[in-house]
Amino acid sequence: MSTTHLRSIAELGREGIVEVLRVTDSMVEVSGREIPKVPALRGRTVVSLFYEDSTRTRLSFETAAKRLSADTMTFSVGSSSVKKGESLRDTVLTIEAMGIDAVVVRHSSSGVPWQLSQWLRPGVSVINAGDGWHEHPTQALLDAYTISKEHKAGTLEGLRVAIVGDIKHSRVARSDVACFTMLGAEVTLVAPPTLLPPSLEGWPVRVSHDLDEVLHDLDVCYLLRMQNERMSEALVPSMREYTSLYGLTARRADRLGEGCIVMHPGPMNRGVEIAPEVADLPNAVITQQVANGVAVRMAVLFHLLAGEVADA
Amino acid sequence: MLEELLLRGGIVVDRDGTRAADVLVRDGAVAAIEPDMSAPNARILECDGCWIGPGFVDLHSHLRQPGQEEAETIETGSRAGALGGYTTLLAMPNTTPAIDSAAVVREVQALGASALCAIEVAGAITVGRQGDRLAPMAEMAALGVRLFTDDGSGIQDNRLMRRALEYAGPLGVTLAQHCEDEALAAGGSMHEGEVSSRLGIPGQPAEAEELMVMRDIALARLTGSPVHFQHLSTAGSVAMVRAAKAAGLPITCEATTHHFTLTDACCEGYDPHFKVNPPLRPADDVAAVKKGLQDGTIDAVATDHAPHTPDTKELPFDQAPPGMLGLETAMALTLGELDLVGDPVKLFALLSWNPAAILGLPRRDRLGVGMRADLCVVDPTVGWIVDPRKLASRSRNTPYAGRRLTGRVRHTVLRGEPVVVDAAATR
Repeated sequence: MSTTHLRSIAELGREGIVEVLRVTDSMVEVSGREIPKVPALRGRTVVSLFYEDSTRTRLSFETAAKRLSADTMTFSVGSSSVKKGESLRDTVLTIEAMGIDAVVVRHSSSGVPWQLSQWLRPGVSVINAGDGWHEHPTQALLDAYTISKEHKAGTLEGLRVAIVGDIKHSRVARSDVACFTMLGAEVTLVAPPTLLPPSLEGWPVRVSHDLDEVLHDLDVCYLLRMQNERMSEALVPSMREYTSLYGLTARRADRLGEGCIVMHPGPMNRGVEIAPEVADLPNAVITQQVANGVAVRMAVLFHLLAGEVADA
Repeated sequence: MLEELLLRGGIVVDRDGTRAADVLVRDGAVAAIEPDMSAPNARILECDGCWIGPGFVDLHSHLRQPGQEEAETIETGSRAGALGGYTTLLAMPNTTPAIDSAAVVREVQALGASALCAIEVAGAITVGRQGDRLAPMAEMAALGVRLFTDDGSGIQDNRLMRRALEYAGPLGVTLAQHCEDEALAAGGSMHEGEVSSRLGIPGQPAEAEELMVMRDIALARLTGSPVHFQHLSTAGSVAMVRAAKAAGLPITCEATTHHFTLTDACCEGYDPHFKVNPPLRPADDVAAVKKGLQDGTIDAVATDHAPHTPDTKELPFDQAPPGMLGLETAMALTLGELDLVGDPVKLFALLSWNPAAILGLPRRDRLGVGMRADLCVVDPTVGWIVDPRKLASRSRNTPYAGRRLTGRVRHTVLRGEPVVVDAAATR
């Protein structure tokens, strides 16, 4: 087994991505069974450590772990010693002392999964469930899996993908760019300059400030959530203006290329980055993304932890 | 009564160059500088192969007293300083409470009286370092404060900074600036650029520093009062200072060791030990700072020694406090990174007599009989590895853990007292 952690897409690498997506097929099959459970991770303990609220992602990971027969623990920050001022390091070492095999961590600060992996004993896997603006690798994996299943091409190789919206603050965008381009897709970032990272040097992407210019030529139109607070930071003048320039309105949706699918990591702001009726079109695969989340996370847990079981 | 000291067998360094000579110290002062002296009653400090020069002066030490004694005290900080070859430290005023009144100045001076370095005190320019109204600079100057700064933040208000410079003029003191436009830097935990974009860490652009450098050069021109720029870190800042000096404006500046030895790429592992303000910059800026030090645009090397307790450096990167230790590593880094093994005069200029001049201390660029025996003996060849556990500072937040350095301070003499002998503090 080559990888201990999944902190970033780059850490997994193209080979790892392909492997996880291959295993995901089996996990989809497991999830479809009458009793959707296999003993692959029996005796393994997976802790979810969420410093930032995300019921959806946490439940998706916990469901995945349970379907593989792992024991799960939830460390919920709201009801914990963290509120009493316990440091990140002390919290993690306390959890480790209980005997665990993996930590699924979400934190509003970029880099926390790296810090955790410095403090934990070797052999405990750190799985990044979203760190600050940085990465959200399992989201990218489920996105890639969804594209490969929902787009008629059946692969990302050569597909034209636009990621639209607040790239600057988006961990989904950073992971998606890395994952999609490793799998051969051509990615265009579409956003006003204020919502792009200050530097895109080294990013294998094209940039556009004009959604209308790229629409007709797309295989995947990926919309990011637009947050209200961006206005107070003077990044956009108003939500109305944002929607008029970068929202996927019904009129724009009509102009999407033949076979183009529409994606969103959720939760959606209907009426802002995506028109309510567009989210419900047949080529919008947003619920499929959520559905694939569990299987992809099963594959990730299996990929990182099952080797150890075999060795034990 | 202090014992006599004989610093034997070294190479004396001052602005006139180098010469093989022994240095005899008596009653806290230099008594003789001659080759092959014999002093039967003196304690001998062997200096073979070493440079003997005036003690170093740090323009930028955070000694954390009063208020944050868990991170550093004047005693522990001055011990770190002495081990680094420093005989004078300028204590920054961002303490709790801030050094913004005669009473706090007196307290710090009293704490410094028994320290292992001479402790000079920097006063705050504004009350509580809040940037709203002027602190009583004249009262503090009367106690010997020669440099004022709100370090930790820059003075944002243009008019207030103008008034501060005008008011300070007749006091014969220097105002020093931490250059950072807070609106532009807001939320930034590292340098804004390629690395921060990739890491998803909020950045602060070089321009946040440069705008204030630009403004203060303009205000120095307007008021005629001297301005000292603290910890300059960008190519743009260095270029502006070079031009301002060429135009004859009363500008001086310092650079820290970390700004010419580390780049923003160090932040890639999200280790808060590399978080500092101003932030570590890309290689082009590092090269410009080095060039500025070499060509004299940057007058002095400073440490910005900023102790923080270990638990605070275990916070997430964006929540951890900025700052790193520097006193015990500055000399070796300056020697190595600026390639000064063949130019000890430059080394001592940057670490000793240039900062002393900025601080208005008695000249120390010529070693002569009668001057106060604040001396530092450098062995330029010995190698050592930085081990955070072995540092004298109360904190452990060095960014150089495990780094192999060449050159070490062998002895430090403060007012005739050997406070460091063979790289160990004597008290």
